Amino acid sequence: MITEKLKYLEPKTIEEAVSLLSRHKEAAKVIAGGTDLITQLKKGAELPRYIINIKGIPNQDSITYDEREGLRIGALATIHSIEVSPVIRQKFGVLAQAASELGTSQIRNCATIGGNLCNAAPSAETAPALLVLEARLKIAGANGERTVHIEDFFTSPGQTVLHPDEILSEIQVPNPLPRSGGVYIKQTVRKALDLATVGVAVITRLDGDIIRDVKIALGAVAPTPIRARKAETVIREQRLDDALLDEAGLVASEEASPIDDIRSSADYRRKIIRVLVGRAIRQAAEQIKAV
Amino acid sequence: MPNEPNLIVLTINGERKEVRVWPTETLADTLRERLGLTGTRIMCNEGECGSCSLLIDGKPVLSCLTLAIECEGKDILTIEGLADPTTGALHPIQKAFVEHSGMQCGVCTAGVILTAKALLDENPEPTEDGVREALAGNLCRCGNYKSITKSVLAAAEMMKGDAQHG
Repeated sequence: MITEKLKYLEPKTIEEAVSLLSRHKEAAKVIAGGTDLITQLKKGAELPRYIINIKGIPNQDSITYDEREGLRIGALATIHSIEVSPVIRQKFGVLAQAASELGTSQIRNCATIGGNLCNAAPSAETAPALLVLEARLKIAGANGERTVHIEDFFTSPGQTVLHPDEILSEIQVPNPLPRSGGVYIKQTVRKALDLATVGVAVITRLDGDIIRDVKIALGAVAPTPIRARKAETVIREQRLDDALLDEAGLVASEEASPIDDIRSSADYRRKIIRVLVGRAIRQAAEQIKAV
Repeated sequence: MPNEPNLIVLTINGERKEVRVWPTETLADTLRERLGLTGTRIMCNEGECGSCSLLIDGKPVLSCLTLAIECEGKDILTIEGLADPTTGALHPIQKAFVEHSGMQCGVCTAGVILTAKALLDENPEPTEDGVREALAGNLCRCGNYKSITKSVLAAAEMMKGDAQHG
């Protein structure tokens, strides 16, 4: 993995980082936490000519909350900081839960939310939670800033809409509606230190037993993390009961396009989606009742 | 174009060490190959086992996934830094591992002990579940988890006692 020709760059501002990326484009790789990049380089990915360490850019790792605007998370915020953030645990619990499931404590201390999203694995741990939270992603590039809804961010396994000169700078999360509950369930082969075989995130809002609103997102079961919008339509404004939850799970499992791989078969993944969607909605409902 | 490694200064176990590293050299390799600090073990070398765990600024990280060049200005604690530098007296966690058979082959042990140290520094009275959860990122191929957990809990007791009598 070592090459003498590789140059290491440390921009001190976003503008400098963007300028370096504009100049070097695909010859450069950005390193944040490094937990994905270094693994990939060791496993034989093509070595870049430049490694751009963006951790020297100040104020890119903060978590701020505003009653009106909602949550703003710097792209360099570590997964650990998101896991333990009091405001995220209290008001955006589904995201804190997802963060707590990523990798292990050692990885969470280094991995960043920006890196998790830009690496764009179909199983990206924070993606389903951010999908149900309807996050918007602020991107800086040579042509200025733009904001992309997270549902439009991923294009295929490992690929996003980022241009070679662009860098993700911030994740913006609007306030969830009052009296809503959110849950993330990760199905894994191992008890810890594993990628999701299936990841399910749900946010729901109830009126008594009626599901006033629901958002369901799935990870690791399609080329990108996805919303299960058909499943949402089936159960919205319906009375919450076991039969309904099973139907939601079934429809969601059909919206997914899982594959056979080392962790599981497509068939088993569909079965698990069917179970976990119902379970997640039930747990989210209980969260609301418990308040 | 650079044709020799970058000169950096690493603070390891309280000592400043000058060392030349290539940009993509991992901290684990630098410690072992350039500095002779072979206490840090490399097992899977791809971030999936935790054997290479050490503490940077008090937090457990995987040294096989950390670039040495990014560690300037940080406080690195390796297993070599735990025992008393003058007397050689073992750290309570090390003592507990000796007393309670916390290791078998020893490959996971350095990473386990350092991760446990970070846990106990933050939470001096963990539950058994808390210990297992904190060490979830450290695999032990000898399957010695029961004794590892017992050793960490015993270390917590020892350190609580030291704190009270200290």
